[in-house]
Amino acid sequence: MTLSIRSGAVSRRAARPRTGPPFWLAAPALAIFALFALLPLGGVVVLSFTEWDGLGTPSWAGTDVWFDTVSDPATRQAMWLTLVFVVLSYLFQAPVALLLGVFMAGRQRYRAVWSVLYFLPLLFSSAAIGITFRSLLDPNFGLSRALDSTAFRTNWLGDPDLALYVVVFVVGWCFVPFHALLYQAGVRQIPATLYEAAVLDGAGRVKQFRYVTLPQLRYTIVTSSTLMLVGSLTYFDLVFILTGGGPGDATRILPLHMYLTGFRGYEMGPASVIAVILVGVGLALSLALSRLSGAGRMQSQQAGL
Amino acid sequence: MAAPGVIRERPNVIGALGGLLWLLVTIVPVYYLVLTSLRRQQAYYAENPLLPPAAPTLGAYRLVLENDFLRYLTNSVIVTVVAVALVLATSLMASYYLVRSGSRLSRGVLSVVLLGLAIPVQATIVPVYYLIVRLGLYDSLFALILPAVAFAIPISVLIIVNFVRDIPAELFESMHADGAGHWRILHSLVLPLSRPALVTVGVYEALQVWNGFLFPLILTQSSSVRVLPLSLWTYQGQFAVNVPAVLAAVTLSALPVLAAYIVGRRQIVSGLTAGFGK
Repeated sequence: MTLSIRSGAVSRRAARPRTGPPFWLAAPALAIFALFALLPLGGVVVLSFTEWDGLGTPSWAGTDVWFDTVSDPATRQAMWLTLVFVVLSYLFQAPVALLLGVFMAGRQRYRAVWSVLYFLPLLFSSAAIGITFRSLLDPNFGLSRALDSTAFRTNWLGDPDLALYVVVFVVGWCFVPFHALLYQAGVRQIPATLYEAAVLDGAGRVKQFRYVTLPQLRYTIVTSSTLMLVGSLTYFDLVFILTGGGPGDATRILPLHMYLTGFRGYEMGPASVIAVILVGVGLALSLALSRLSGAGRMQSQQAGL
Repeated sequence: MAAPGVIRERPNVIGALGGLLWLLVTIVPVYYLVLTSLRRQQAYYAENPLLPPAAPTLGAYRLVLENDFLRYLTNSVIVTVVAVALVLATSLMASYYLVRSGSRLSRGVLSVVLLGLAIPVQATIVPVYYLIVRLGLYDSLFALILPAVAFAIPISVLIIVNFVRDIPAELFESMHADGAGHWRILHSLVLPLSRPALVTVGVYEALQVWNGFLFPLILTQSSSVRVLPLSLWTYQGQFAVNVPAVLAAVTLSALPVLAAYIVGRRQIVSGLTAGFGK
């Protein structure tokens, strides 16, 4: 795990250099980071107590913004949708990515070739993927015509009961390869002797998976799950392109609700409130997951939290 | 599931079938994308979308190229190259400082920078927008470069620090004894020895910036500074019912990345999982 940084090791190796490099070497990186990442993080908290239409000057509005935003039924609805979206995304992506990663870790030649193709979704921008799927799922000219099946004649993205599931699927299409890569790397690090021992004990393929592969992958599972959950909590590019939050409000998840409130409704205050909520829940989630895993390795992976 | 190093058993049929299913799920949309972009507009309404066009044409591509595609491509190239160069230069300098300066300050700087790993970009778009407007950078390429660099720095520093840390201290000391200044050490020791990390970071950030949609969406509006992902969005409005043209634009926008993938698949794969897997 490259992410695990041993800050102790950094200081130990670098202990008592006769003349260490001067601070100004770090200044450019620190300045850009502080100005365009750290300051906005603080700024979003401040802006969440203001009224601002995105053009003039923000004016102080106090806790009213918070009260109004949190009690707004649209926000409540978006929160609920986000929960459903995150849970469904996880239930879809996690098993598929795990199985695919284990599959890709096999040394068979055909699997190596297929893995090259599995990777394709990671090369496209969310705009490219969204536009392609919109066209592919078109009820008149997409898959429905290709397969000439009534099942595909459904208006996938236009049906409020279906749209969210379709969005979950397309977002999964996009992110499964990345997590499968993590699992592939994880599986390849499992010592072969463990499998040999399992075979000697008479374990079949399923038992090997259950009693060797899964337990050995626990750190990868925690890493991947954290990225998946926190990622789908804040991700919205693809949803924006696929449905724009519609039909109606059927796919208006919280981050998209934030964007639309701020940049379409010109209510930057409420948008900031939603942003703060997202940051808070995201942080809590990653902290909880690293606690839950109880592993020193995970805590160090979250170094700086 | 056959695991590495295990004695060959009977072939895993269920595994292979599952793999095949996901293979289809992955390539059908890409196949459809390329195929449709080669179709005539009228044929799009008549032909089976999954069968090759009866009369393939590059007409859709010509239409896209005649509609400012090259300008958007140039913008994307500029933003990506400048952003990646800035990320690499600033992160490398910072990493050298963070590893070799044993000061308390450096440890503080490291923790602050790593805090950035936990900041979700999406949640900061309102203040980033405010800042860019206030700085007079709205609707310029700088508006896209600077936030991209800022959000790339934590992961880049993390990866590069892990690499620079493994350079033996003796090398630094002997260079220092020879009277080399910090720039020389940076240039002829740290830079060459951390090249693999720089490649990883460069590939990862290039993909992020090239495909980024959110910052262009909120920080630019003129077509003169439009980058490719955003142009796809506007092409969709412009070409409307000419679906082959829209999909030709999508294909063209992905072509440079596809070409890079064919040439440097290994670097791209390891770059993408940078920092999260071995």
